[in-house]
Amino acid sequence: MTPAVGRSVSRKDGMAKTLGTAKYIDDLSFPGMLYGRTIRATIPKGRVRAIHLDFDPAGFTIVDYRDIPGPQCNFVALIEADQPFLVSDEINHVAEPILLLAHEDRDALLAAEVRIEYDEAEPVLDPEQSPTVFKHLRIRKGDPEAAMATADVIVEGTYRTGHQEHVYIETNGVIAVPENNGITVYGSMQCPYYVHKALKALLVLPDERVRVVQTETGGGFGGKEEYPNILAGHASLLARKSGRPVKMVYDRVEDMIATTKRHPSIIRHRTGVMKDGRLVAMEIDVLMDGGAYVTLSPVVLSRGCIHAAGPYRCDHTRIDGRAVMTNTPPNGAFRGFGAPQTQFATEVHMDRIAETLGMDPAALRELNALRPGDTSATGQVMGEDCSAVEALRAGVERSDYHRKRAEYAGSNRGIGLSLFFHGSGFTGSGEIYLASKATLEATETGARIRVASVEMGQGTRTMHAQIVADALGIPYENVEIVQPDTHQVPDSGPTVASRTCMVVGKILQRCAEEMRERLGEMTPGEYVREHGPLSITKQFEKPEEISWDDTEYTGDAYAAYGWGCDVAEVELDPVTYEVKPLHLTIVHEIGKAIHPSMVVGQIEGGSAQGVGWALNENVVMKNGGMANPTLTNYTIPTTLDAPRMDVIVLENPSGYGPFGAKGVGEMPIDGPAPAVVNAIRHLGLDVRSIPAIPETIMEVACTSR
Amino acid sequence: MHFTLNGAETEVDAHPMKRLLDVLREECGLTGTKEGCGEGECGACTVLVDGLPVVSCLVPFAQAADAEVTTIEGLGGTHPYQHAFAEFSGAQCGICTPGMILAAIALGPDPSLDDIRTGLAGNLCRCTGYEAIYRAIQNA
Repeated sequence: MTPAVGRSVSRKDGMAKTLGTAKYIDDLSFPGMLYGRTIRATIPKGRVRAIHLDFDPAGFTIVDYRDIPGPQCNFVALIEADQPFLVSDEINHVAEPILLLAHEDRDALLAAEVRIEYDEAEPVLDPEQSPTVFKHLRIRKGDPEAAMATADVIVEGTYRTGHQEHVYIETNGVIAVPENNGITVYGSMQCPYYVHKALKALLVLPDERVRVVQTETGGGFGGKEEYPNILAGHASLLARKSGRPVKMVYDRVEDMIATTKRHPSIIRHRTGVMKDGRLVAMEIDVLMDGGAYVTLSPVVLSRGCIHAAGPYRCDHTRIDGRAVMTNTPPNGAFRGFGAPQTQFATEVHMDRIAETLGMDPAALRELNALRPGDTSATGQVMGEDCSAVEALRAGVERSDYHRKRAEYAGSNRGIGLSLFFHGSGFTGSGEIYLASKATLEATETGARIRVASVEMGQGTRTMHAQIVADALGIPYENVEIVQPDTHQVPDSGPTVASRTCMVVGKILQRCAEEMRERLGEMTPGEYVREHGPLSITKQFEKPEEISWDDTEYTGDAYAAYGWGCDVAEVELDPVTYEVKPLHLTIVHEIGKAIHPSMVVGQIEGGSAQGVGWALNENVVMKNGGMANPTLTNYTIPTTLDAPRMDVIVLENPSGYGPFGAKGVGEMPIDGPAPAVVNAIRHLGLDVRSIPAIPETIMEVACTSR
Repeated sequence: MHFTLNGAETEVDAHPMKRLLDVLREECGLTGTKEGCGEGECGACTVLVDGLPVVSCLVPFAQAADAEVTTIEGLGGTHPYQHAFAEFSGAQCGICTPGMILAAIALGPDPSLDDIRTGLAGNLCRCTGYEAIYRAIQNA
């Protein structure tokens, strides 16, 4: 039998999507269903003085904070219980939900006018002036102060990145159905068990009376990691009060105004180097704007800081990270989870170091790149699958970097590169706390997978089925997947952090291996007929040699890392100051490509998203709210904006993933922005912040060129 | 009002200013046409009206009177692009896919890469970076 792993087999969901039969949340309807709407704050900070309902309330269901079982329940259960589902008194950000309405007629619902009187207060909008630190963490290796004093040269710089909106083409949406003395929520989401946990706490219901079902999800990118918790809560409150199913699907404007974005960052580097280019000391200060509530900021900051020194060896490193409060909508998970911000700063800084030393940027990186046996900033010893040098060399060679760098000099074309890495799975002890489970059942023809990991475009169903097929020795076509539903699947943890293949896939592989043993010479069908049902559930097991210290922030931050190198070629329009990304050479070392064409798809898609973050995507904040919340005014790359891409996949297997696989989903967005900005630097423009929109570049050109 | 929907003569009693998108999804039950932005920027709701691609969120139903409207359901799984998008990973999350396929069909047979890039510039995809979509169309 031909193995499934390593082949681009037919996607399980491919034809349903091209036929238009795949059902997304807005395609579903329930008898007696109402539509729900959220009334939101229009000020960043203050109190509600009065609410006026300027409409006839007949036929409406109206919910406010008093409909929540008790004040102790009015918090979205996540890391901290600080974000209310509905404002009770104090408003902390624009678009904060205050009131919920439902009606069976959508036009009547949208026509209802609500006036809110506020007592406004002074908001905190500048993260550098924030008095509230959500999380402060420190990483320390060696003696950076002493080492800095020995350096030949010290290079300093401050780098800034802006908000980024996910722009999944399907907006956030759920339908809540009151049933079985509890609630069932269908929706577009990444983490059914996060929603389950949040609803249990909000509605004070036991496990079995809350059911969460993921529907076909039209893109997530982190934007459907934690946000669906609050939306599911809102729809459930309306459904419980009205006794009817309630659909809430945001329109694009609401989705952009109210939901999470990538954390803006301000990152300061101070680096001591020797004349030959060796890094001797790195001091890095990371500031992330968390928005009004804690949500996931501490863990975004954590991943950001762990990646902040880049894929380089340096014996003396200090990283100091803070996530702070501002009166803006909470920022949250977005592909890369802090690492794109910190590696943007590091990689632009590396080109500035090269410039200072008069050194070739690729040579500077090669000299300092982590190699097997080297230690990271947290003291983790790199394994044999550390591929920074291989990725760099492949990128330089494939792009013809050196020839083009010389050839483009003095023209309107520039070429720049970036070297980066990305840890797979939850940080540090995260996977131990998650204790994810996966279940595999024997069926008449093969096997059935039960996991909570969702398909959102990245290919979960297909990839998991490939792993099971090969580990069990059955055809890929004979592996079925149960739709994530908390009544049907165990808690496999969230679908985030590049963990679905490496972590959940590995648990499934272990299930399949045990099933193989139990079956003996029998087929699954024969076994079931003779012995009855066969179901195997396994839980994540920490590899013994991996250890992490949560308090000191030292040790093995991730079981495995992917390694990448991007080379960007750009062209500057000297009249409009528009930078056009022409071409991107992308090298990714990911252990093993379970499904090569889906892997390339993740890499190309994430890279285009990274180029958008670098050049196009500008969230304009005015008085604490997004001022351009439409796809007309917030532009993501189209076919004409996205560069052509040449992807090279390298495979240096890790023992911790199935068939050697490491994570792939997030890493593609780490590299493009610094590569693009370094290509702009090659044009003589000292850009240190993104998005590098024409206005930014013009300003730089007028001062530095 | 009368129009031809996916080859079938169709009568629908709906307000002439109702968005064609809503008529298709709600009155005709054809949910393969997706709404991504409601302002004509993303192209997810693309359908063909008399063979030309339109964003159905900006088209009032009145404009479809007596026209031939084709949605993704009208292709019936027979169009090579439907198989190629599945085979070459041109569809990831799938929400842009119906509109993308219809917009690609409107380019005519064997479009060049330049034709594809220009012709699909009104259809946003956030998953693929478009390269897999080019591969699907060119290999169909």
